[in-house]
Amino acid sequence: MPDANELLQLVPKAEGKQSMKDFKSDQEVRWCPGCGDYAVLAAVQGFMPELGLARENITFVSGIGCSSRFPYYMNTYGMHSIHGRAPSIATGLATSRRDLSVWVVTGDGDALSIGGNHLIHALRRNVNLKILLFNNRIYGLTKGQYSPTSEVGKITKSTPMGSLDAPFNPVSLALGAEATFVARTVDSDRKHLTSVLRAAADHPGTALVEIYQNCNIFNDGAFEVLKDRERAEEAVIRLEHGKQILFGAEGSKGVVRDALTGDLSVVAVTEENKSRILVHDAHNPSPTTAFALSRLADADTLHHTPIGVLRSVERPVYDALMSDQLDTAIEQHGKGDLSTLLSGNDTWTVVG
Amino acid sequence: MTSQVSSPAGKSDETVVGEQRAPRIDRTGATDKEIRRLDRVIIRFAGDSGDGMQLTGDRFTSETASFGNDLSTLPNFPAEIRAPAGTLPGVSSFQLHFADHDILTPGDAPNVLVAMNPAALKANIADVPRGADIIVNTDEFTKRPMAKVGYAESPLEDGSLEAFNVHPVPLTTLTIEALKEFGLSRKEAERSKNMFALGLLSWMYNRPTEGTEEFLRSKFAKKPTIAEANVAAFRAGWNFGETTEDFAVSYEVAPASQAFPTGTYRNISGNLALSYGLIAAGRQADLPVYLGSYPITPASDILHELSKHKNFGVRTFQAEDEIAGIGAALGASFGGSLGVTTTSGPGVALKSETIGLAVSLELPLLIIDIQRGGPSTGLPTKTEQADLLQAMYGRNGEAPVPIVAPRTPADCFDAALEAARIALTYRTPVFLLSDGYLANGSEPWRIPEVDGLPDLRTQFATGPNHELADGTEVFWPYKRDPETLARPWAVPGTPGLEHRIGGIEKQDGSGNISYDPANHDFMVRTRQAKIDGIEVPGLEVDDPAGATTLVLGWGSTYGPITAAVRRLRAAGETIAQAHLRHLNPFPRNLGEVLRGYDKVVVPEMNLGQLSLLLRAKYLVDAQSYTQVNGMPFKAEQLATALKEAIDA
Repeated sequence: MPDANELLQLVPKAEGKQSMKDFKSDQEVRWCPGCGDYAVLAAVQGFMPELGLARENITFVSGIGCSSRFPYYMNTYGMHSIHGRAPSIATGLATSRRDLSVWVVTGDGDALSIGGNHLIHALRRNVNLKILLFNNRIYGLTKGQYSPTSEVGKITKSTPMGSLDAPFNPVSLALGAEATFVARTVDSDRKHLTSVLRAAADHPGTALVEIYQNCNIFNDGAFEVLKDRERAEEAVIRLEHGKQILFGAEGSKGVVRDALTGDLSVVAVTEENKSRILVHDAHNPSPTTAFALSRLADADTLHHTPIGVLRSVERPVYDALMSDQLDTAIEQHGKGDLSTLLSGNDTWTVVG
Repeated sequence: MTSQVSSPAGKSDETVVGEQRAPRIDRTGATDKEIRRLDRVIIRFAGDSGDGMQLTGDRFTSETASFGNDLSTLPNFPAEIRAPAGTLPGVSSFQLHFADHDILTPGDAPNVLVAMNPAALKANIADVPRGADIIVNTDEFTKRPMAKVGYAESPLEDGSLEAFNVHPVPLTTLTIEALKEFGLSRKEAERSKNMFALGLLSWMYNRPTEGTEEFLRSKFAKKPTIAEANVAAFRAGWNFGETTEDFAVSYEVAPASQAFPTGTYRNISGNLALSYGLIAAGRQADLPVYLGSYPITPASDILHELSKHKNFGVRTFQAEDEIAGIGAALGASFGGSLGVTTTSGPGVALKSETIGLAVSLELPLLIIDIQRGGPSTGLPTKTEQADLLQAMYGRNGEAPVPIVAPRTPADCFDAALEAARIALTYRTPVFLLSDGYLANGSEPWRIPEVDGLPDLRTQFATGPNHELADGTEVFWPYKRDPETLARPWAVPGTPGLEHRIGGIEKQDGSGNISYDPANHDFMVRTRQAKIDGIEVPGLEVDDPAGATTLVLGWGSTYGPITAAVRRLRAAGETIAQAHLRHLNPFPRNLGEVLRGYDKVVVPEMNLGQLSLLLRAKYLVDAQSYTQVNGMPFKAEQLATALKEAIDA
């Protein structure tokens, strides 16, 4: 198994210094004014030069939905494909071209409804893909129906009496699907968003980044509680690997493990319980604690929403394994000879 | 194993041997027992799904191929892996037609039926002509197995088989007896009874035996006792034939030396030929092959086969579903691989949206559809040609896709190369429509010289292809080759050609998103014109006597149609025959050919899909002759239908 860095080294480096401008395509950006997607686009374009990868070796693949217009605005290779299928197309590209840095841009409907199957299988395979899941908890492009991440009882055009189905928690789902890297961030926090993108880019294998993104037309203010300075203090839990999980005004709250159930809970920090405050370990081979962290958030109020890297562990990468098998086959049988193959072992000759 | 067969110099197979010719008997009597010479034989092995009939048929086929006969096979098995033992739905059979001359079909009716149990007898007896040999395993003709299939009395005793030449053989008892030295359980020993039957038939038809013994030893290399037990059962079957009085004569079918042009031959099934065709296409195009697939009968064998050949740089990806299979193949095509997806009808339905995307992206992609009985799950293990209209039109919007169809198992190799040529030259998805009959059937194949295979190399875009008004050089992903109308294939990793493509309508040339009505009209017509303009060879018509009736087929009906035409001509009738390899676009001269005949008959294993297309496109009164029973046409039946059309 080649190590992580070796895998990432397969993508050629850029010659010369790049700037954000290099990653802007000549296409006019056509999201609604005030859409959270603008902030994410700016953050990605601003962050790309940091990677220093040859622009022609970067590809963005998307499905269908507002966020899936993203590739048109990136001056890299790109494909705007069909609804839900971006992970499968990106899998074919990434597994056949290990010299590419492949990014998938998707939304809550694209990734979790119509494309749910492809997402979970990409995660379990651990293909070298970076998946940016823009979650606005609503269908935007079809003008405002509830999505698989909408809260129960949501009144929308298709659910005038309220939606009936329980939502997915994308982070919990990804952890359950054997993901090796799972993170969550927020569109408006450029610094945090960039730090998470950096960590995702450094991860060999599939990285899932859930980005809470505001749809100011159909679901405005969905994440306001996480953005409003005052309320965010109580609502957001910023995870940092190796640090105690503290939040609230001056770290007045923390996360502890219940000795009886093993589950996590939020407590007011006291002298007595200070030592029991959990230290975040993103690299823990077991996903149990990451999963418990993902369940802390209240689906309705979003209180106690963890953001940051919940899980980042190393596991063999599918594309590398696939290439290794090709190499092994050549080692064992030599490079394929068509003539020998066609003849097989059982021939007869007709002579004139 | 290689055997030498020499044929008289300069003698080709232009003089066609009628398939209906009665077996010629030549009493040579070289050994103790009489050996009669036949020109062709049809054998059907039939038994329970668990009796190993497919393996037995495969081995007899290999022996026959290496002996140098021409041959054609028809495996026929239930969709259930192990249907309830001894029942009619659980019967599995394998028919093999072999001859000393060129043959085209697995044969209509067996000369010999091997029935391993009452169910196998009951399920197959209707196909067996009077006077044929029937070898039955009498050990299975006891009360319960017979009651299971509704025999109140033993058909071996009630006189119902009087018209046949029945050979009652206690196959199970004899096998157990022959293997008693091996210390196997009764059940284990019993399993070798198919090898006993194979040995008996190998003696009856003087087949070479070394190949089967080698095969058994390598198949059971890790279980040498089982290997030797099977070899012993096989030999016991042979010896039984030689020593028992019930089998007074054995038969010889001479090698078909005159039927074959000079060359080295092997036996090959359609799915194997198709797999090799895909590997060859990758080599000839100098592109890595990427197969994205999801298992489905009867296409899975291509996935299995290609996954064995990673040393050719072939990547195989077993996806989570049909959609992901084609998605991955298309993603690989975007990256510069020869993307391939393999499936059957239900899978095509799931892939439709991605095929539409490939039409819009204008990327090379091969969609291999091994057709089976439909609709829905239909008849997974039986053959049908009813996906033609699905391939032709089964997408939203105007989304034309070229279609290529092989005509025989070995032809699947060439059809794969042809499909790849079209995909790569015109940057388009291409359908290859094979079917269950071609996939599992086999025939001798003259192994092609690798140097003689077509050159499929194509150029990736390397630099800008357009100059803007201000003199800036840019890359336009939808600026077309004026001759082929193909767009440039610019793969990621090429500096300066970064571009975005997608399923939204795009501006002619620049490829930017465009909702302009006139542009959409232009792009729809241009995509259609590209497919309509694909260069395909003209349709050749076989019409030696100036007929007024033409029979036109496509795909796997080639064998039965050609055999029927031979019969008619041998009986003094005049009929012209043509067979389509390209279903989209049709050969340029097709309309002219059709108009040249008073009557056009189109036999199809569907309800008339090709004839519908022909009527719509050429305004000709194409008559449909159809069958959708999951089995290929029989030559006799087709000959009768064609005769009626001629006389009408």
